[in-house]
Order: sequence, then structure tokens, then C-alpha cells
Amino acid sequence: MTENAAPTNMGSTITQVPNPEPGTVDMMVNMGPQHPATHGVFRMELRVDGEQIQDLVPHIGYLHRGSEKLCEHELYSQIITLFDRLDYVSNFNNELVIVSAVEKLMDVAPPPRAELIRIIMCEFNRIASHLLFYGTFAIDMGAITPLLYNFRDREKIQALFESVSGARMMHNYFRVGGVKEDVADDFESRSLALCNELEYGIDETDRLLTENEIFLERTSGIGVISGEDALDWGLSGPVLRASGVPYDVRVEEPYSRYDELDFGIPVGSAGDCWDRFYVRILEARESVSIIRQAIALMEPGDTMAQIRRIARPPAGEVYAHCENPRGDLGVYIVSEGGDRPYRLKVRPPSFCNLQALRDLTVGHYIADAVVILGTLDIVLGEVDR
Amino acid sequence: MTSREPSGGENNLSNSGAKSTPAPVKRREPEVQRAAVVLPPEGLALAERLPEALATHEIEVGAAIDEVVCRVPADHLVDVCRQLKDDPAFRFDYLRLLTVVDYVEQDGEFEVVYHLYSMTHHHKMMVKTRLPERRPSISSVTGVWRGADWYEREMHDLFGVEFNGHPNLVPLVLPSDFDGFPGRKNYPLNDYEEW
Repeated sequence: MTENAAPTNMGSTITQVPNPEPGTVDMMVNMGPQHPATHGVFRMELRVDGEQIQDLVPHIGYLHRGSEKLCEHELYSQIITLFDRLDYVSNFNNELVIVSAVEKLMDVAPPPRAELIRIIMCEFNRIASHLLFYGTFAIDMGAITPLLYNFRDREKIQALFESVSGARMMHNYFRVGGVKEDVADDFESRSLALCNELEYGIDETDRLLTENEIFLERTSGIGVISGEDALDWGLSGPVLRASGVPYDVRVEEPYSRYDELDFGIPVGSAGDCWDRFYVRILEARESVSIIRQAIALMEPGDTMAQIRRIARPPAGEVYAHCENPRGDLGVYIVSEGGDRPYRLKVRPPSFCNLQALRDLTVGHYIADAVVILGTLDIVLGEVDR
Repeated sequence: MTSREPSGGENNLSNSGAKSTPAPVKRREPEVQRAAVVLPPEGLALAERLPEALATHEIEVGAAIDEVVCRVPADHLVDVCRQLKDDPAFRFDYLRLLTVVDYVEQDGEFEVVYHLYSMTHHHKMMVKTRLPERRPSISSVTGVWRGADWYEREMHDLFGVEFNGHPNLVPLVLPSDFDGFPGRKNYPLNDYEEW
């Protein structure tokens, strides 16, 4: 090209007048698997333009133990211990899923008192799990104080669990047909006293965080997902309800004695991070009310149905599910009539909720990715199994 | 037990040398009972409507405890799923679970099971389809429910089932260089050596 020739296309224009601005390229940022904000061994590969996320690839499987395959080789009573280790911050809720699945298959009903003990334990566990969520979520945004208060309360719940089952976590307390043993005489009074303390603790967190200006800046309008998309992705639990879908297994397909109890399903409207947080605050309050109602219904009686020690369900297939703190945890069992399942598959709520992470984060900033992941409240033990 | 079925013989670990044992001891084999089927009213209504609505797809309607089970040929699966989702009479908008069951020892087949739920009509069902043992492959339902994405990747890892049309069928729960399909029944549970 001669010097005086007119530019014929964009390319030649650029050669004549070089762009003074340096070219920018997208950068790959790796978060995890050993990163405190990923809440476990979870890795995200971010493609960022400056601070803005262009693409996100989640990598799971670092904790894959093949639990489902292991379950196929264990007695039904032994599987309960494996379920404890799925979602390891809401152990009772996991146990309830497997025992109710086997009970449904065998067509046995646990005694009414055992059902109420289970409900009380599960609701306490839901509060304990949500308390952990408030604290770690606040830490994700740099607020350390709430965690200290929440752990104080969570420790009280675990002390109660210890007095009932002998363990703070990994209880192995529920049995096919009931619970391991009756609760102590002072259980009811202790539970009621604990309810009051928890109510105070939840209010405290509410006052500390919910209306806090910095908190609002960081959470409202961030990571929005519509109810329709949330259903398409198979989300469940508080994440789905924050998007305005009133789906709660306790009401939708009542199990145990939840149909005798009166409680509300908190539902969000915007489907953003703030809604996902606040739905959990309201849910914990409902749990306190459920526990009080269940204690009022308690009557002396058996805690174990009259069934054989080694569960041997009939051949068939069953799908049972319960509302876990993280969502709809289900189990599909194929039985061939033996004392071990032929096939067992868990429907893991965290696994499904995590799928939507890419859609939620793209377009936001790196710091928001941490917040959005925090609101999904995943437990990797259950994501990877 | 003179005429033992092949699958029963393989499962029987204590009698591995079946030929040399004289007059096999009559093992107490409990009669296998089937779980009773009790369909709820909405399930009964669903089971009634299904054969008519899906008449062109060679389906077979059954039941398992409290759920309607619909068996579909593999090549009709995506059409059936799409119709179940879009038809206002069914509106199965929520894929609860997708899984594979290994029946290779019994029938030489894999079974893919879809657990569906309708948020509109509050009814549920299972859709099942059978795949041959050699090169099991089926169309992906990620176009119908996006939530099927990771389930299909996981089942591809563990059972080696190919989901045609899946946007990104790469290993999810297993390392990318892992050899074998650990979900299958023929994959040993404890096949490691101490070091």
C-alpha cells in the first residue's frame, strides 16, 4: 500500500492510525478447590473481563466417595450411617429420608411419639443448618460478628442433640420403624427453653444483617433467577422459594406428621440474594413454631414399631423425599426383596442448586460470585456423594 | 434347588464351586414379595389419561407403590418427555431425578429412569426406558429440562450411557482420566491394593 492511498477497509485504517489504548484480553481466574469462600472442596473457573465475570465453569467431584454404590452393599440399617455423611450439617434430615423410604417400601408406620421426636430433631437441625448459613454468608461479605453469635446458638442445639443421640453430628439415631431410644425426661423442658433462646438468636441475626445498608448493597438485585428458570433447573428449597415458587415437600406431599402442624411457607418475590437470605430467616422462625407445636402434641408411648431387626423390604421401587434445609432431598430405592438395596440413588438438592450457578453469576463481579455461591448454601458432601 | 436360574447362581457367593458340592443344601430362600401398589386419586386419573394421550408412542403404563410408571421405547423418549412437559393436561415441569439402573445381569439391559413432577397439577410419575448393554445411548433431555444437565453427565461417568445431543458431556464427578464405569454392577467395590 502506498503512503497516500485512501484506507479501503477497517484493517488498513488501523495500520495507519494505531489504537492508542492497549488491547484487553479476558483473564482466567481459578477459585478453589482449597478456597475458604467455596465452602468445601469446590472449584470454579472464572473467565473475567477486568472484574466482570464472562463465564464460569464449576468443577465438582473432589469429594466423590461413591456413596450410592456403597449403599448397595450395606444392610438398610447400615445405610443410615452413610446418609448422615451426605449433608453433614443436617444429619437428622438425611436420616429421615432413608428411614421413611424403607418404611414406605415395607409399609410400616412408626409410633406417633417417634414421629414427633423425629420432627423435633429435624426442625432443630434445620435451624442449626440455617444458623451456619447466616454466619458463613456474612463472612463471605466480610462481616465476622454474626458468625460468633450463630455458633453460640448452634452449639446449644448440638448439646441437645448430644443428650438425645449421644453425638453432636453423625447421630445414627433414626431407625427403620422408629428411633433408637426414647428421649430423656427433661427433653421437653430443655427444648422449650432452647426455642426461646433460638428465637432471640434469630432476631439478633435479623437485626444485625437484614436491614444493614452494606448488606443490602451487596445482596439486593444480585444473582436474580425467575421462578420459571428455577423450576427448569430443578432448584428446590429456600433457593426455589425465594423466586416465588411455594414448593415445600412438607406441605406438597406431607410426610411424617407434618399435616397435623400449622406453619407457613415463606416465599420471596425478587429471587435475588437478599430474598434467599431472608427466606431462611423466616423459615427458622417457622421451625421454632413447629417445634413448640410438636412438643405440645407429645404423649408417652412406644418409640419403635414391632418389626424385625434386619429390615427385609419386599421387592419394588420407591421414591421418598423430605424437605431438607437445602431443598428437596429424595432417595430412589430399587429392592429385589433382599436385606440390601439393588440400586439406591439420592436426589441431592445442593447438586441441583449448584447447576444454576453459571446462569446466576455471569455479568456480575468476582466478589458477587462469592455471595451468590453463599446463598446457594451448598454442602459438598451431598453434591459429590 | 435343581434348576437354579443363572442370575441366582451368580449372586450366591457361598456356593462358588457349585459343581463340586454334593447335593446342594436347600437354602432358605424367602419367597420374594412384591410391594403393594396403592395409587392416589390423581395417580389413577393420570394412569387413565396417559395411554390415550401418548397413543402414538407405544407406551406401557404400570405402577410402583404410589407412582405411575410409563415405559417408553428409547427412540420415542424425547418426544414423550416434551409432550409430558408441554401438554397442559400433564404439565410435568419439574425433573426431580434422572438415574440409571443396571439390569445387565438379569436382562442384559440398562434402565434409565426419569422422575417427573408437576407443580401445576401436583401429580408425579416415572418414565422408564431400556437400553442395550452394548453401547447404551439415548437422546438427551437437556432440551426439555435444563436440570437434566448434570444428572446426565454423572450417569455418563458412572454407567457409560451416552446422552446424544448433550451440550457438554465431559466427566463431572470422576477424574477426566478415570478408566471404567464404577456405577455398574460388574465394577468391583473394593478392588484396591494397600500400599
